[in-house]
Amino acid sequence: MTKTPQTPRNQRANGAIVGACLAFAAGMAGMAYAAVPLYDMFCRVTGYNGTTQRVEQASDVILDEKIKVTFDANVGPGLPWDFGPVQRDIDVRIGETVQVMYRAKNLSSKPTTGQATFNVTPMAAGAYFNKVQCFCFTETTLQPSEEMEMPVVFFVDPEIVKPVETKDIKTLTLSYTFYPREPSKPVAAVKDEETDNRL
Amino acid sequence: MAGTAVHHDHRHDHSDHAHDADHAHKPLTFFQRWFLSTNHKDIGTLYLIFAIIAGLIGGTLSVFMRAELQEPGIQIFHGLAQMVYGFEGDAAIDGGKHMFNVFTTAHALIMIFFMVMPALIGGFANWMVPIMIGAPDMAFPRMNNISFWLIVPAFLLVLLSMFVEGPAGAYGAGGGWTIYPPFSTSGMPGPAMDLAILGLHIAGASSILGAINFITTILNMRAPGMTLHKMPLFAWSVLITAFLLLLSLPVLAGAITMLLTDRNFGTTFFAPEGGGDPILFQHLFWFFGHPEVYILILPGFGIVSHIISTFSRKPIFGYLGMAYAMVAIGAVGFIVWAHHMYTVGMSLETQRYFVFATMVIAVPTGVKIFSWIATMWGGSIRFTTPMVWAIGFIFLFTVGGVTGVQLANAGLDRALHDTYYVVAHFHYVLSLGAVFAIFAAWYYWFPKMSGYMYSEFLGKLHFWVMFVGVNLIFFPQHFLGLAGMPRRYIDYPDAFAGWNMVSSYGSYIAAAGVLIFLYGVAEAFAKKRVAGDNPWGEGANTLEWQLSSPPPFHQWEQLPRIK
Repeated sequence: MTKTPQTPRNQRANGAIVGACLAFAAGMAGMAYAAVPLYDMFCRVTGYNGTTQRVEQASDVILDEKIKVTFDANVGPGLPWDFGPVQRDIDVRIGETVQVMYRAKNLSSKPTTGQATFNVTPMAAGAYFNKVQCFCFTETTLQPSEEMEMPVVFFVDPEIVKPVETKDIKTLTLSYTFYPREPSKPVAAVKDEETDNRL
Repeated sequence: MAGTAVHHDHRHDHSDHAHDADHAHKPLTFFQRWFLSTNHKDIGTLYLIFAIIAGLIGGTLSVFMRAELQEPGIQIFHGLAQMVYGFEGDAAIDGGKHMFNVFTTAHALIMIFFMVMPALIGGFANWMVPIMIGAPDMAFPRMNNISFWLIVPAFLLVLLSMFVEGPAGAYGAGGGWTIYPPFSTSGMPGPAMDLAILGLHIAGASSILGAINFITTILNMRAPGMTLHKMPLFAWSVLITAFLLLLSLPVLAGAITMLLTDRNFGTTFFAPEGGGDPILFQHLFWFFGHPEVYILILPGFGIVSHIISTFSRKPIFGYLGMAYAMVAIGAVGFIVWAHHMYTVGMSLETQRYFVFATMVIAVPTGVKIFSWIATMWGGSIRFTTPMVWAIGFIFLFTVGGVTGVQLANAGLDRALHDTYYVVAHFHYVLSLGAVFAIFAAWYYWFPKMSGYMYSEFLGKLHFWVMFVGVNLIFFPQHFLGLAGMPRRYIDYPDAFAGWNMVSSYGSYIAAAGVLIFLYGVAEAFAKKRVAGDNPWGEGANTLEWQLSSPPPFHQWEQLPRIK
């Protein structure tokens, strides 16, 4: 170091540090966004937060043990549907593939579109709930008073009896929620009569 | 830039650049000095004034909250809502309930982003770090200026958000400083939340610029001979804090940008109906939020180390251990975030990990606490005002640390989550810890910054009134939390009345303490007792005490050599 604190060498070094810092900050902001797909992937792989598994084929192991699966249905605000499981609950052997039905009916006089999300509780069991077929994340349009039955085909992974966290689970709940699917409008939009009536 | 602001000889190399604030001794106009300032000491002073104003506003909000909670039922907020927002009748009660939550939110945001951070990082670090490392100024003086002038509009935006529509039929953003969706998205359709988010964005940008400035200054502009391992602990703490800011704030910026697009542009990052997940926001928020609490306290660690060493007339015990304990706290602080979220339904294994990682932080923190005590041990201790504040800091921070270790346990936290126990815990480490560190720093460096000595009597009185006040506020909140009183409510069952009243009285006493502080500052400037270059004697051996009080406009024209 010389008596002058700001030699050209120093200024270059300053520039390098600033560049590194800015790149770092931008990288962290990017990581925040990368967290969205990563978190999604993480949930799918680990069944975190009750995320269920999608599989193509049924289990080849079926245990003698039975587990109770109850079905829950919800309709998000703004969707005039009657939606519920045909059968409240079912006792299945662990590993056995079963099909259950949900039924939805449009109560309004207009065609409406909904889209379902789902999860499984206890959340730790999500990873062991394998769905072969379901109606999640597909848009469903019902004409006025139209009724539709929607199948879910699933089995409970026999691995569920092994981990300490899930081996004592006797009841699983599969919950579906139908949300209205519409041209999405920002929640923070300034409301006026016109936008309110358009719905 | 710094290159033009500081010349190495006494001749003017660029006489045509006489407007540069160099040796021309040309007096600056008020506007030039305080609005176009590139001088780290002037900007530090601006930050301190800003922090005092923001602290007064944020503190006033909290006194209103305590006044409301003094008795069960709704005492004052329906009246406030009537006065401020013009609600009538039942609307005033509903508006008042939301207003209480708005006050909670604004109190937190103001105290975190506009009081503690500007005071410790913008204020004291700006003032003292360049001097302590033997640098003439910050590496980027104009960027320093931008940092300050970004925080002012950010503060105004957050204040403004209190007066515009939030949820239907109420004003202001009332979701708490954690702004969890869905309440912060579909729950608050009005523009209040957008203003608060924008305020956070700008405050974040200001802090990131400040952090880059500190990192560059500390890495590149240390005086000859001052290796990192000879650097004062306050500079160490600021360097670590700056790295934490650089790592965590962009994540917050990303998260609240997603919140903003969820609110305004129809994205569904956090909306389950579109395949998003509200829990993801909590992960992102706390990935920022947990390092943030270390950002608030680490500079305080540095300050307290200096004060304890100065007034014990001993070098700090275990200097390297102290420095690397802060590094460890900063590093571990990034991998413990989910201990704020034990109740969201994480797997047991995940909870076990976060319990363990969180409790590990007690180890480097313990290293610091015991090193402070070991520094005092056998020292020639003088109980001056900064010293009593620093000892008060150690005591209160330890109390908050102990409750922190308790709350780290997922099993216990399940019961105490979102109760007043948590409120008591984080106020013990922040409101009492960080704020006591700020006051300690204020009394320690006030003679250096102003050139005047404060009144020892008023300083001690301020300490004792504050100490009694804040303990009365927050200690009973442990009992309330253990009894199950949830936070963020305007009302509570009668069973909680007793300790709530004590807590409210404490808040009035602490408010009186703040008035004593303001009087003490005014008194010091009025009496003009000359402090001298080093009022603290031989224990004060960092570089700032070798300069005059107040220091020259440009210091270290001859760089100090550190042996």
